[in-house]
Amino acid sequence: MPHLENVVLCRESQVSILQSLFGERHHFSFPSIFIYGHTASGKTYVTQTLLKTLELPHVFMNCVECFTSRLLLEQILNKLNHLRSSEGGCSTHITCETFNDFVRLFKQITKAESLKDQTVYIVLDKAEYLRDMEANLLPGFLRLQELTDRNVTVLFLSEIVWEKFRPNTGCFEPFVLYFPDYSIGNLQKILSHDHPPEYSADFYAAYINILLGVFYTVCRDLKELRHLAVLNFPKYCEPVVKGEANERDTRKLWRNIEPHLKRAMQTVYLREISSSQWEKVQKDDTDPAQLKGLSAYTHVELPYYSKFILIAAYLASYNPARTDKRFFLKHHGKIKKTSFLKKHEKITSLVTLQLLTLVGHDDQLDGPKYKCTVSLDFIRAIARTVNFDIIKYLYDFL
Amino acid sequence: MATSSVSKGCFVFKPNFKKRKISVPVEDYFNKGKNESEDSKLRFETYQLIWQQMKSETEQLQEELNKNLFDSLIEFLQKSYSGFQKNSKDWGCQIKLREIPTAALILGVNVTDHDLTFRSLTEALQNNVTPYVVSLQAKDCPDIKHFLQKLASQLTGCCVDEESKEGSTQVAQKKTHCSMDSLSSWYMNITQKTDPKMPRKKRTSSSQWQSPPVVLILKDMESFTTKVLQDFIIMSSQHLHEFPLILIFGIATSPVIIHRLLPHAVSSLLCIELFQSLSCKDHLTTVLDKLLLTTQFPFKLSEKVLQILTNIFLYHDFSIQNFIKGLQLSLLEHFYSQPLSVLCCNLPEAKRRINFLSDNQCENIRRLPSFRRYVEKQASEKQVALLTDERFLKEEIQSLLENLHAYHSNYFLVLRCLHQFTSSLPKYPLGRQIRELYCTCLEKNIWDSEEYVSALQLLRDYLLPPETQPLHEVVYFSAAHTLREHLNAAPRIALHTALNNPYYYLKNEALKSEEGCIPNVAPDICIAYKLHLECSRLINLVDWSEAFATVVTAAEKMDANFITSEERNEIIHARFIRAVSELELLGFIKPTKQKTDHVARLTWGGC
Repeated sequence: MPHLENVVLCRESQVSILQSLFGERHHFSFPSIFIYGHTASGKTYVTQTLLKTLELPHVFMNCVECFTSRLLLEQILNKLNHLRSSEGGCSTHITCETFNDFVRLFKQITKAESLKDQTVYIVLDKAEYLRDMEANLLPGFLRLQELTDRNVTVLFLSEIVWEKFRPNTGCFEPFVLYFPDYSIGNLQKILSHDHPPEYSADFYAAYINILLGVFYTVCRDLKELRHLAVLNFPKYCEPVVKGEANERDTRKLWRNIEPHLKRAMQTVYLREISSSQWEKVQKDDTDPAQLKGLSAYTHVELPYYSKFILIAAYLASYNPARTDKRFFLKHHGKIKKTSFLKKHEKITSLVTLQLLTLVGHDDQLDGPKYKCTVSLDFIRAIARTVNFDIIKYLYDFL
Repeated sequence: MATSSVSKGCFVFKPNFKKRKISVPVEDYFNKGKNESEDSKLRFETYQLIWQQMKSETEQLQEELNKNLFDSLIEFLQKSYSGFQKNSKDWGCQIKLREIPTAALILGVNVTDHDLTFRSLTEALQNNVTPYVVSLQAKDCPDIKHFLQKLASQLTGCCVDEESKEGSTQVAQKKTHCSMDSLSSWYMNITQKTDPKMPRKKRTSSSQWQSPPVVLILKDMESFTTKVLQDFIIMSSQHLHEFPLILIFGIATSPVIIHRLLPHAVSSLLCIELFQSLSCKDHLTTVLDKLLLTTQFPFKLSEKVLQILTNIFLYHDFSIQNFIKGLQLSLLEHFYSQPLSVLCCNLPEAKRRINFLSDNQCENIRRLPSFRRYVEKQASEKQVALLTDERFLKEEIQSLLENLHAYHSNYFLVLRCLHQFTSSLPKYPLGRQIRELYCTCLEKNIWDSEEYVSALQLLRDYLLPPETQPLHEVVYFSAAHTLREHLNAAPRIALHTALNNPYYYLKNEALKSEEGCIPNVAPDICIAYKLHLECSRLINLVDWSEAFATVVTAAEKMDANFITSEERNEIIHARFIRAVSELELLGFIKPTKQKTDHVARLTWGGC
């Protein structure tokens, strides 16, 4: 059995709290534990590893997939069923519509020999989705031990604090455990832990040091940093592979990798270009500055009259109504002359393109109100193509 | 029809369709008046032939234009697929984030054309990459449950082999509560069942792949709600190892919408690459080139008509489909209203048909303005012969048609030369005549050169406007007003005409009336409409109803035995209420709280 400290790094205090809560296998534990912390602070990983390493019977559920309560309850019961008959008996699919049925079936299943004398753990990951499901689920799970009269503990993993979960009608308060963010030292340790087999640990650790130096100010997400580490490592090794430097020439390696990492921050980190494109750029050794990111393509070509409708909508959305007289008493020749023959169709198509959105009530059929959702730069570009100086007509620029 | 029912229910009686509707064959519409019904059958056949040829040309064009885009997409998909299959023991692959390969397809704002593009794309993908291609639209997926249901039902429809028939029953059950797990297990079943050695009915190259990926096309990405997209992407990224998904986003505006719809946490689960389709303006240029600037098709558009069609395109909707529909309408209208269009076909056939022209048609030719101008220029003996001798006329027409044909081939040749000649200049806009003007104006430094003078000479000799050529009305369609009437509809005017003057549409002799009078037998809504036109802003319903009743009773000479006068009044009252509700639905009046028993009038004048 791999030792827990080797697998779970930098979470010693949290692991020890959890272990003391779990106690011995047959001990009743606290009915519900609420674990929260930022993304990639190790909540899912630590919980899963702990339960697997200690070989405790558990069911792991991701609440994102369960958009109806029925899916959630049925999956928990079926997975438990698999657990108890893991000797190979065939399992029929259990159906369960309500929480009442769930409690009843749960009691039946946990009567089995393999599950009788030990704590069963139910882990609900992304527990914030429970708040959008039926109102009785969350309080029910919090009290599951009491409702079923069995040795069960429910763990809730979430990024949102407990205060936002607490239902108005009151509930059983769980044990709240906070997973703080990793410090830069922790990140260094964790990232250097999984180094590629071909290179030494020190070499990789130096690389991670440089990587963190560039990215730590903008990104503390462990998953993202690992991804970036893998993507850029080939570039780091390039001088060594080509024979221009050896593993200890830290300055040369730093000079080679640092501008590359800075460019990565503006492109592949922001998902302006994809990671496969980034890898290709590195392999072909082309200049990454040539690749245009997604945000470079902002230009939208619109038909002539639609441009005017959009400009009019923008002005109507952002100028107070009382200023209209001041700007438009002398009609701008172009707007007055255009005959909006297909006005309705064009407004609908602009809404489809999400350049206008409907505001106000849906049932106001005779007077729908729209608002223009494009940015100032966008509308200036459009106005320029039809020779209309929109700045002159905007109240905010007087 | 009576029903026996205790409660006051509402019953619907559907008419029985015993009498089959006799549809009039399209050709008979061509027999309009005596003047224009000459050779109507032949004209219709010619129209159909030309249209078929034009249509297949546009379809071929579409395929060619899409070819580049589709090829690069297929390459992307194949690359992603091999990424799925890569050895997962590689250090990099174990640590890297497993991203969903995504193609962001920028198609342009002409959303009406996207459907066709997606259909051809689906076909191309099914032939080359994978049989599991699903397209979803935002209006079918208001929430994640419907999203997954639609996805599941389309996927099960994808495989049409014998093996899937057993699986189809169990999947039908799963339709009611489908989840990501059920999709993954379906996929695993279906890929294990298919033995690559067994012969497949349709798909050839895609069957060689062991576990082909599932491609999901979101046709209109801007219309999807953020929550549905986010939840789906999070779910599918967790099941990527057992359900290999590739996404294609159909984007109409710009790829910035991806960052607007999805937060960073979700877009980091995607590996996004950008693909752009051909700009619609270039598409239009190619369509014009292939259909009009060619001697392959005898049909041509005059300058005004072409302006209308291109203006609708450039100013309103950028839609190639609508442009082609406009072209078809012009073609049909030309063959419908111009009896001489029987000669609008390829030259050998036209020469043959000249011999069978009736006397009426010869008269039609003599009446053409361009022919009259031509006759005036001839010597007087020839003039007399042309105007009286049918045979001489027909011979002359033959040579004139040949000249017209030669004129066209020279025209386009020289036009293309000039275009090539001046194509390296900046700023040449769309449109033949405009382009030439622009080019000649910009070329200041070659005013004096010999090439320019000779080019000018070429222009003068060959690029005469078509109106100067005799018999041009045969091939040129120029009824711009008719086209505009059909394409830029004015619903208000049509409504007013229909209500004010029902004879215009209904063609019932009894409805003919002088201006200002209301025929008593007109439909109720017409009577109510005419009466309301005489009112001011607020209309008193009681007065209106009485006026209505007066007009209607004057018309009816109903059998007094049949219905009592009280029942008759009730019927008239009901008819009045119906007419008023119809007018309200059409937007002419609306209920108002300003005065009781009054309605407010919303329109004034004719429209």
